Amino acid sequence: MNQALKNQVSVSTEPLLRVRDLSLLYGLEKGCQDVSFDLYPGEVLGIVGESGSGKSTLLSLLSGRLPPQRGNIGYRDKQGQWLDLYSASEAERRTLLRTEWGFVEQNPRDGLRMGVSAGANIGERLMAQGVRNYQQLRGAGLDWLSQVEIDPQRIDDLPRTFSGGMQQRLQIARNLVSSPRLVFMDEPTGGLDVSVQARLLDLLRGLVRELDLAVVIVTHDLAVARLLADRLMVMRRSRVVETGLTDQILDDPQHPYSQLLVSSVLQP
Amino acid sequence: MNDLSQAPVRDTAYNFAYLDEQTKRMIRRALLKAVAIPGYQVPFGGREMPLPYGWGTGGMQLTAAILGDDDVLKVIDQGADDTTNAVSIRRFFARTAGVATTESTPDATVIQTRHRIPETPLHADQIMVYQVPIPEPLRFIEPSETETRTMHALNDYGVMHVKLYEDIATFGHIATAYAYPVMVDERYVMDPSPIPKFDNPKLDMSPALMLFGAGREKRLYAVPPYTKVTSLDFEDHPFEAQKWEECCAICGSRDSFLDELILDDAGTQSFVCSDTYYCAQRVSQQEQGQ
Repeated sequence: MNQALKNQVSVSTEPLLRVRDLSLLYGLEKGCQDVSFDLYPGEVLGIVGESGSGKSTLLSLLSGRLPPQRGNIGYRDKQGQWLDLYSASEAERRTLLRTEWGFVEQNPRDGLRMGVSAGANIGERLMAQGVRNYQQLRGAGLDWLSQVEIDPQRIDDLPRTFSGGMQQRLQIARNLVSSPRLVFMDEPTGGLDVSVQARLLDLLRGLVRELDLAVVIVTHDLAVARLLADRLMVMRRSRVVETGLTDQILDDPQHPYSQLLVSSVLQP
Repeated sequence: MNDLSQAPVRDTAYNFAYLDEQTKRMIRRALLKAVAIPGYQVPFGGREMPLPYGWGTGGMQLTAAILGDDDVLKVIDQGADDTTNAVSIRRFFARTAGVATTESTPDATVIQTRHRIPETPLHADQIMVYQVPIPEPLRFIEPSETETRTMHALNDYGVMHVKLYEDIATFGHIATAYAYPVMVDERYVMDPSPIPKFDNPKLDMSPALMLFGAGREKRLYAVPPYTKVTSLDFEDHPFEAQKWEECCAICGSRDSFLDELILDDAGTQSFVCSDTYYCAQRVSQQEQGQ
């Protein structure tokens, strides 16, 4: 109840991310085009759609990894200043990516440094921000390991000795340690077995609410979308075909493709 | 020991100091850039040298480019003047450039070195030339060259401390003993070549010009005289140079870098100065004093 009220309050403020006419096409209807939306602080936006519909391209554009052919992205930083993502310098973009933003890769091996210990993985963002106190880094590492339900005693172990689900949770800890305001996630539960998925989702949902994170999450799994996302965008052949509240889209899809997507979920 | 008197004869079949004039000019241009931007790695068109990579080709090309008729060359390898590498390089330049060579640190104008800075303090008209195997301090964590260059350009050095963090987490202290990363002039992180961290403080505000050449990687960089060079560390784990409880078995020095020698199968140790000139100087001084 309290939480719902809080969400209400944050939604009514200014948006965090303002996206207008974003396009990048690799070919006819390959990539993504004409995407516009606003993302508010504390809001979780799900992007769903079939393989090749442009979800991941859109996420790369949004997270500053791939310059668009057309359109722009505005981000409101901690000081309340609007920043045009692709007219900002690369230095500014990088600073943003390692401080106020986070990116959780589908494959934790892409998002983690596999050659260094779990503690160093968690501490890296803090060190990049200029923390030069070993005890403080150590403390943050232990704290975040327990927050993502990994035994803190494993702080000096290499990530490759972790299971897939633990690696994914470590990647989440590594991103959240700098207390970002906006996190991008690319199929964070892909490649995990169902019970591990459920635990991870539970953890994510808790952290997102607790830290009041804005999240853009790409997934093809509608169950994940329903659990995490406040709002959904359905993509098909590079375009957004339907947007709306998650429950609204999943329970009463309007566009024929959304209807197909919802009805094609297997019910055991 | 000091062969200043017998200036060797130059073999005129070679151009002065082996390399052709255009190549030396190219290297000098790169050196000027390196001196202008302390710690920045300048690419240069590295040439084949008549010895394998890893034996000091980078340092030799730099030495060849800066050497003049009246220079006096000293070459050390791990502090020693009389090891194969040092003797060969010294002979190479004696033959191809006809320059005087010496083992005396104060008498030398150019000192090419592998892995050490002499114990005798350097002075303002000396140039140190370092042989560098891997010039990129970020390489251990970032294999991509384009990425490391961007990181240097954007001052994105957070990962440097990841390595030090790992040391403390594994060993309880910063265990990196050589090639200890330094920040040059508060801007570029630099690999000071594999000198022991014992020598890092000697880089800071040194009156001599320091030039670094990597032959295989074809990069050179420089620390101009009187430049601030700080070793990276943590607040609660500050930089510390190696210390020994023993003293040198030959000259009794307590403040030079010591090499450990194993004397027998039982593991009996002995420690001697790695800087042979310094050690010999001290011994001759002690003999005079008696």
